Amino acid sequence: MILLQNAIFGLLIGGLYGLGAVGLSLVFGVLRMLNVSHGELIMLGGYASFWLFTLWRVDPFLSMLVAGPALFLIGGLLYRILFRHFIHFPEDQKIKNSILIGSGLALVLQTLAILAWGADERAVTPVYAGRVIPLGPVVIPLSRMGALLVAFLVLGGLHLFLTRTRRGTAIRATSQDEMAAALMGIPVNTVFFTAFALGSALAGVAGALLSVSDAISPAIGLSWTLKALIVIVLGGMGNIFGTFVAGLFLGVAESVSGFLFGNVYREVVGLVVFLLVLSLRPQGLFARS
Amino acid sequence: MALAGAAALVAMPAFTAASGVLNWGFLILLYTALAQSWNLLGGFGGQVNLGHAAFFGIGALATRILWLHGMAVFAALPAGTAAAAAAGLVIGAPGLRLRGPYFAVGTLAVAEILRITVGNILPEVSSLPAARLAAYAIAPRYYLALGLAACVTITARMLAHSRFGYGLAAMREDEEVAEAIGVSTFRYKLLAFIISSGFAGAAGGVFGYYHLSFYPQFAFNPVWTFDALLITFLGGVGTVWGPLAGAVVFLLLREVLALRLVELHLLIFGVLFILIVVALPGGFVEAWRSLPVMRRELVREASNSVADSVRRRRRSP
Repeated sequence: MILLQNAIFGLLIGGLYGLGAVGLSLVFGVLRMLNVSHGELIMLGGYASFWLFTLWRVDPFLSMLVAGPALFLIGGLLYRILFRHFIHFPEDQKIKNSILIGSGLALVLQTLAILAWGADERAVTPVYAGRVIPLGPVVIPLSRMGALLVAFLVLGGLHLFLTRTRRGTAIRATSQDEMAAALMGIPVNTVFFTAFALGSALAGVAGALLSVSDAISPAIGLSWTLKALIVIVLGGMGNIFGTFVAGLFLGVAESVSGFLFGNVYREVVGLVVFLLVLSLRPQGLFARS
Repeated sequence: MALAGAAALVAMPAFTAASGVLNWGFLILLYTALAQSWNLLGGFGGQVNLGHAAFFGIGALATRILWLHGMAVFAALPAGTAAAAAAGLVIGAPGLRLRGPYFAVGTLAVAEILRITVGNILPEVSSLPAARLAAYAIAPRYYLALGLAACVTITARMLAHSRFGYGLAAMREDEEVAEAIGVSTFRYKLLAFIISSGFAGAAGGVFGYYHLSFYPQFAFNPVWTFDALLITFLGGVGTVWGPLAGAVVFLLLREVLALRLVELHLLIFGVLFILIVVALPGGFVEAWRSLPVMRRELVREASNSVADSVRRRRRSP
């Protein structure tokens, strides 16, 4: 029964894993750049929610609507200043440079957060923080349930945006073939900018939702970047539904194994799964189908 | 010049009793060795290894444990090096089949797994016992680091002018083309990876022999990877002397910055790293090399404009 309860906790946090990963996946799919400071953008979203709550008692589920646009701007800025310079490099160079810039950026953002807000762990505690819904022998924490629902809705919205709108179609076209898209009159440079900023905005939303159930500190970035990478590799590239399911899977795997082998190893299990998938499918599940 | 420099480095402990200066020299040599070990695979071979700290950590841990259990350091250090090189073989054989971002993030994942696991298994700080502490002297550590830095740099120099090195360079520029002209890219990569992780392990071993007390987990901290990257890029990625130049600048900067701006110095290093990747991909060594070229161009431009104006003046009476 405790196992079941753990599985439910994992499932609930897993929605956030999916949401945290989908922005990274979008950026990689469209720009062929791997922004390894994605986790730090999630961290910034978390701080946005923390400060809105601490200063003005804004509910984290509302802060999401601020964190998203704020990170959209920050992401857009980072793209204009840093990543744009090598957008037309050959793919190998582009990936390598983005990884290098991303690791520098991760250090910069983390240090900035420490300087601005200190290294302490922060938490957001709305009135409903501890409330649970009893469901037979297990309980479902209300705030996590809400976070899962919102994650599902945001991912659904993203899916509709990418498939049903003109702008979304332009993004998908560019990710499939940049040259052909450009020849069809799609402004690919704008698409690159939009995709990067949108990916960052999704990180912001994930961070704000995360603040409801997890502690926020400047150091959480790397572990969220790794989680996002694991989820992408499991779920397959450019597949939003797959990303969501992979997020749920990782959540359950982490929390069940944390229960079985001790909580200190929960992150290790995700990483081992990640390496297994990578080495059994060397082309990576990144490979576009 | 290189010979004179080497002689000065060897003679240094004889002239200065100040352990501060030797400490300083030790750190420059240790970071040179660590950065050069990353450079062997990352610079010459173009494979971005984000898990370099794992091999540094394995070397540090193995050497330290063996040494503290009574083994002579001249046996413990090779053992630590061998452990790291073996780990390089075990991780590299499947890992190097991954290309592009998968190799980078895969190595990052391996390093995190090791860091978390070591932190869980060995949570306690490792300190030197009193007897070792009483016998502690900086000079032997200094010579060990000097020998290691020399070894890695000589390896890099030999590599740069060998068939193996040219193969790596070809692979770095274009893997398919390299394969087509007969470079067995996987074997080249694996060999470079094993050498690189072995040297990282040796650097870790020297660190384990040098440091009075540290948490075993600290040797696996991603900061070792990042410092190696920063130093290599500062000095010049894929060059023989880049890591040495980078290490000198890095430690000078760190000394100056960390004293006054404790947290801020990390911020400055991050910004510096990004700037170099974006604006100066060749690092200092490349900038230095291109100085004569730039000067020549400047002179040519200036003389051209003078000649132009002279010509113009002649035409208009």
